[in-house]
Amino acid sequence: MTRPVLQPVVVGAGPAGIRAAQTLAAHGLRPIVIDEAARAGGQIYRRPPAHFKRTPQRLYGTEAGRAIAVHAAIDDLQDRIDHRPDSLVWSAQDQQLDVLHGPTQTTRTVPYGQLIVATGATDRVLPVPGWTLPGVYTLGGAQVALKFQGCAIGSRVVFMGTGPLLYLVAYQYAKAGVKVAAVLDTARFVDQLAAVPAMLRQPAVFAKGVTYIAWLRAHGVALRSGARPVRILGEERVRSVVWAEGGREHTIDCDAVGFGYALRSETQLADLLGCRFAYAPMHRAHLPERDAAGRSSVPGVYLAGDGAGIMGADAAEWAGELTALTLLADHSVGVDTQRARVLQQKLEKLSGFRAGLERAFPFPEDWAAQAPDELVVCRCENVTAGELRRAVADSGADEMNRLKALTRVGMGRCQGRMCGVAAAEILAHATGQPVQQVGRFRGQAPIKPIPIHLLRPADEEVAA
Amino acid sequence: MTQRIVTDVAIVGGGIVGSSAALALRRKGLRVVLLERDLCGSRSSGVNYGGVRRQGRPISQLPLAQRAHGIWGRLPELIGTEGEYIRSGHFKIARSEADLAALEAYRDSAHDFDLGIDILSGARLRERCPWLGGKAVGGSLCMEDGQANPRLVSPAFALAAARAGADIHERTRVDEIAHDGQFFHLRAGNALQVKSQVLLNCAGAWASAIAEQFGDAVPMQSGHPAMAVTEPLPFFMHWSLGVEGGTVYCRQVARGNLVLGGGPGRALDADRARSDRASMAALATQAVELLPVLRDAHFIRTWSGTEGYLPDRQPVIGPSRTTSGLFHGFGFAGAGFQVGPAVGEVLAELVSDGRSTTPIDAFGIGRFAPASTAEPALAQ
Amino acid sequence: MSLGAAQPLLRRVAETQRAPVSFTLDGRPLQALEGDTVLTAVLTQSAQLRRNEFSGEPRAGFCLMGACQDCWIVTADGARLRACSTFIAPGMALLSEVPA
Repeated sequence: MTRPVLQPVVVGAGPAGIRAAQTLAAHGLRPIVIDEAARAGGQIYRRPPAHFKRTPQRLYGTEAGRAIAVHAAIDDLQDRIDHRPDSLVWSAQDQQLDVLHGPTQTTRTVPYGQLIVATGATDRVLPVPGWTLPGVYTLGGAQVALKFQGCAIGSRVVFMGTGPLLYLVAYQYAKAGVKVAAVLDTARFVDQLAAVPAMLRQPAVFAKGVTYIAWLRAHGVALRSGARPVRILGEERVRSVVWAEGGREHTIDCDAVGFGYALRSETQLADLLGCRFAYAPMHRAHLPERDAAGRSSVPGVYLAGDGAGIMGADAAEWAGELTALTLLADHSVGVDTQRARVLQQKLEKLSGFRAGLERAFPFPEDWAAQAPDELVVCRCENVTAGELRRAVADSGADEMNRLKALTRVGMGRCQGRMCGVAAAEILAHATGQPVQQVGRFRGQAPIKPIPIHLLRPADEEVAA
Repeated sequence: MTQRIVTDVAIVGGGIVGSSAALALRRKGLRVVLLERDLCGSRSSGVNYGGVRRQGRPISQLPLAQRAHGIWGRLPELIGTEGEYIRSGHFKIARSEADLAALEAYRDSAHDFDLGIDILSGARLRERCPWLGGKAVGGSLCMEDGQANPRLVSPAFALAAARAGADIHERTRVDEIAHDGQFFHLRAGNALQVKSQVLLNCAGAWASAIAEQFGDAVPMQSGHPAMAVTEPLPFFMHWSLGVEGGTVYCRQVARGNLVLGGGPGRALDADRARSDRASMAALATQAVELLPVLRDAHFIRTWSGTEGYLPDRQPVIGPSRTTSGLFHGFGFAGAGFQVGPAVGEVLAELVSDGRSTTPIDAFGIGRFAPASTAEPALAQ
Repeated sequence: MSLGAAQPLLRRVAETQRAPVSFTLDGRPLQALEGDTVLTAVLTQSAQLRRNEFSGEPRAGFCLMGACQDCWIVTADGARLRACSTFIAPGMALLSEVPA
């Protein structure tokens, strides 16, 4: 009996990618695992440089057990996989990935037979006036500073936005001894109460969240619900935040702000691979389609973890394992189908909890209506909400790529990562359309900026 | 509920050619319906390099290009925006004495057209272009040629036409065209039918299907120029650059990004294209050779588009061989942006006056053998 | 514009026992710790990585995970680094603004 050629490559070494690699290796394969970071772990389980001293308990708190397990998994795999850290996949063409290795500043192509795309997520950003000031970071960024570099983003920090990460990061900062001036949640307490039944479907996760909130409160950190960020003030750096509750505005002094509204998937590679996208109402985003077993619309391309829809770190581990089993089964390798079924059921069960989270920390649907004209939406190109609205009024633009062509929103170095959600909300609001209808920015290579001199064929390069 | 419209002129294609024709026809008081499959100015007219250049064109195109040059100079008055058009100068680089001689020969052959070409070499070159890489020995400078932002200009022509009373339907694919001997009947889905005595085929890279239907088959192929853009860099270069005998072209926009193109991209399908690995490698090599400062810069985005190429790289402009009332304006081989507004005016003249004041005989469809079957519209 | 008086943005709260790494910022000799990213090295000493080309206003990164592309910093020899994802190396000569 002939076996089909299996040459799997995993892109991303967060919890999903690690479990996918582990599963493939357990079935006798030696996958290539390409990861942008220096050390595997992804974002939530990001590891500081090897010589740093804090324990996992100090770094990851309640998640230490999972972090240790995930790190151990990839470390144990080292002689059974081809792990390539510090490597950015910036394009894909003809069954080959284009990869940039940062430390050596070299590029190469990596062929693949099958791909598991586990590219994870970043913070979902809804800008507020003043957000480009030094001292303002995403919640994820604030967490990276602490976890990865042992630094706080300031000495008196306001955290704002919404989502479970808001409380987790505030908690981590407060525990690290940093003064948390306030935690401002746009979600209303009444939303959170209403969401409790759904969130109880994952009681352990729910309990953790409650713990963070309770701890913060017990330690005198000001927590506010129904708190809308109005503006961040400062000349050259953050000095204070103005926020509104009900009809009243309040000002709080601070020297740093961490903010975000849950997460958004990094879908650029799936897009370049030709995966079909669909609008996912719960995520309020266009995402690459994946079936319950992890298949994309492109044969041989599988999608695991937050990179095709936010599911959380635990689910990412299940999804990584499941997509690897699916990949194997699709290529006639015998797998434990019962295990695959169990994983699939765990993932399905999660959707009720996810819906609960969305209910507890709802997307602020009035954001666009509240956004003032002078708000900078695209921080790369410095394009304001007013410019976007003017373009709509002048030209009748009603679609994201047309808006981009006319105003430059999304044309900067980040190619719409930070402004795409906001631009869609403003366009939808300005044209009276549901946000689904305005579409999404068309994807093109490179996935991130690529040095021109590295694109030259190797024999053309002049020795540095 | 089918909308039925009777009009004087139906135009298929809302790129710069179709849109400027619509505007020009409205200025002559004719009724116009324009049907655009996507959004006006969203295809090659909107994603091209942005060069607004006369020098280097075949001499037969220069009357058209000169007419367009006058239109470009009046853009704000015509379409309400400058679209970032500037007469920044276009410099075509020679990498050898032979190339320089070719540029001099072109200058001489274009003498009657007053392009104001200045050939630079040696010390003058180095003095004016300290940023130019070592391989350049000289070049042909046309100071009145320049560049613009196609993303702004092409849609603006359509908007101007609409404001002038053209009935423009976007996201409207023409599914069927019939001709009853007197009128054209266009159908777009079940929603729209248009009846007109005149049809303008301005469907860009997709125009050959319409042409073929009316016995005007041409051997047009699709091409996909590979494009890239850098992050914003400190401004250093006013001129738009081309290379004699080379494939790379580049310009620096006022905001600082460099836009570069050269080499073939690839089609994803009949409608979309993307840049290509090999082309990006070649572009990077040529770009760094041309402009050493690009060594430390990045491409932040690549893209491509779909252009129609005829074997002689000249467009088809003019009346159908077979059908009275049908006029073509397509196949610009990647050089349609600058001449586009003039082509629109010419098409309007052909419709209203039966002739154009600008010589277009070189672009007649009759130059293709009548029985020639169109080669596949997609380059393999 | 003077950076000398600018209060640093980032505060070290852990992992302070690491070997020093010497670098320069706008010609000023400074020290970071081994394992610092360029972003950490600069922002534990100052409040700016670069200026936005269009607003002219100072920027100090945003996402810290290589997504926002707002932390690109220039070196004295013209190279560009993404500060949050590049480790500081001995002798790096960084500039807080792009020379014209």
